[in-house]
Amino acid sequence: MADVITYRDAVAEGIAREMRRDASVVCLGEDIAAAGGVFKTTTGLLKEFGPERVWDTPISEQAIVGAAMGAAMTGMRPVAEIMFSDFLACCWDYLANEIPKVRYMTGGQVTVPLVVRTANGGGLGFGAQHSQATENWALTVPGLKIAAPATPADVIGMLAAAIRSDDPVVFFEHKGLFATKGPPPPPGHVVELGRAAVVREGDDITLVALASMVPLALKAADVLAGEGIEAEVVDLRCLVPLDAATVLASLRKTSRLVTVEENPYQGGWGATVVSVVADEGFGLLDAPVRRVAGECVPLPFADTLEQQVIPTVDKVVTEVRRLAAY
Amino acid sequence: MDAGALLDRYERMDVIRRTEKAAHDLFLQGLVKGTTHLAAGQEAIAVGASAALRPDDYVFATYRGHHHALARGATPEECLAELMSRATGLCGAKGGSMHLTKAATGMLGSYAIVGSHLPMAVGAAWSARLRGTEQLVVAFFGDGATNIGAFHESLNLAAVWRLPVLFVCENNLYMEYTPIADVTAVPRPAADRAPAHGIPGEVVDGNDVVAVEEAVGRLARRARAGEGPAVLEAETYRHFGHSRADPAAYRPAEEVERWLKHDPLDLARGHLAELGVGAETVAEADERARAVVERAVEAAKAAPPPDPREALTDVWADGGAAWRT
Repeated sequence: MADVITYRDAVAEGIAREMRRDASVVCLGEDIAAAGGVFKTTTGLLKEFGPERVWDTPISEQAIVGAAMGAAMTGMRPVAEIMFSDFLACCWDYLANEIPKVRYMTGGQVTVPLVVRTANGGGLGFGAQHSQATENWALTVPGLKIAAPATPADVIGMLAAAIRSDDPVVFFEHKGLFATKGPPPPPGHVVELGRAAVVREGDDITLVALASMVPLALKAADVLAGEGIEAEVVDLRCLVPLDAATVLASLRKTSRLVTVEENPYQGGWGATVVSVVADEGFGLLDAPVRRVAGECVPLPFADTLEQQVIPTVDKVVTEVRRLAAY
Repeated sequence: MDAGALLDRYERMDVIRRTEKAAHDLFLQGLVKGTTHLAAGQEAIAVGASAALRPDDYVFATYRGHHHALARGATPEECLAELMSRATGLCGAKGGSMHLTKAATGMLGSYAIVGSHLPMAVGAAWSARLRGTEQLVVAFFGDGATNIGAFHESLNLAAVWRLPVLFVCENNLYMEYTPIADVTAVPRPAADRAPAHGIPGEVVDGNDVVAVEEAVGRLARRARAGEGPAVLEAETYRHFGHSRADPAAYRPAEEVERWLKHDPLDLARGHLAELGVGAETVAEADERARAVVERAVEAAKAAPPPDPREALTDVWADGGAAWRT
């Protein structure tokens, strides 16, 4: 394997690794087979595994996710692709009412081991209906696990954990990260769901980020280091299970917290993180908590407008400076 | 169908009818909370279809699914205990009337979002094909479900993938409170739409258990042979309103009278008489059904409520509900 792998290629590699080890893993989605996916994240799967394991579907998001559910209930481990995360709304009944509830409301009779993969987030000028960071939608629903990797190695390791999970997982791949590169992980690499990673150590402030906000937070930390402020950056990796313990442990060192979220401020995951901190870590804090998040507007098209409403390095740096001086 | 088989179907329908009556009475006594959507009058579809299936086949049903659960292996005691919020209920009292499920016998659930289970049934049929099992999947649904998008998505996907799934519509003429004909552009809401998706659409007397079993059996053989899905529209009528809140006053008296005379149990009794089964034999079946349901009611009443700690179990496959570390 090459020295580096793109985030985009890591998706196909992660799926392929699981398909090789488990014949019950099958893929379905729009344009995923011969076309290799509109983001080229499933390239090569049809060639290696054939049409009985890699299925092109019509544009029928309810049927895709509903069928994945039915297959998961009856012995398969389907990996369904919903092309853009905005389109999850088209199959929201399955994500909100069916998949996460069936185990509970049947008293544990039925297990739904499926993965719904989707391309999430903005920054690429796709406009309001192809750019949203929607992981918060899933966060409101008990019964869904939520993964959002930031690096190619995590894509592979977290896909392994998600596909092997007996629980349903919504897997958010970030559009803005597809072209990024990193070292490929060794064979058998698995990143347990619900384990955050401290991706930069620092003593002065904790930045908690997810997916594309992780490299952004790291860039902000580099700028801040030049000013003598050492930021610790925590990559949450998953929203459910939420690794609150790693966040609290970091705060014991830094005593200051900023969450960096791409989604709109209102109802964002950072609110859950800071509420846990307020509840269990208030005594650790030497300053108010801050949330850098998207504005509560639909994503605009023009770059100059989009940059106004989603987090940027400058916005994070500005917020951290204010807190450091508190 | 021979007399023995028909008597068996009759007795199964009789058990379901009496269980529905018990559910109704228990609701009035305050022992069943929430609501119920009774299927009294529609028993022949559940029993006829289930009798045509193999033990390892799957069925999916709606919030009006007591009859499907009972026909597909759930006992009256389990079902009534579930309705009465008892620990011994089919789903540990976490599901209730609208979610009766018995996965062990292939009853893969009752779903209360109209039509939501149709894609699941397609997925289960896809899974059966992938696993090479020749299992069949039957999705029972009401006429109202034929106007949602997932119905059409399901028919199309099942057709293009040639999956072994039967879409069995229980057309009881009313979409909740509204006549289906008032809100649907074709006279046969399910069967008329099937050809548009490249699927055969048939109509059957849904109150005639013999006709239902024959039709489902025939379409099942076709599907198992790899010839793809089919739609069966079973004409029927519910004896009660949409739910406990609905006295069904909107239904013309003449229509109600006509359908009550076309009752599935009466029809089966007629068939039994034609086959030479005496009234005494039928009365013995009635007595067995009565005793089964009476015992079920007493057992369910005597069962304890669920342990409150059960509220925080069964979210995840590890049995728990933890969302954080």
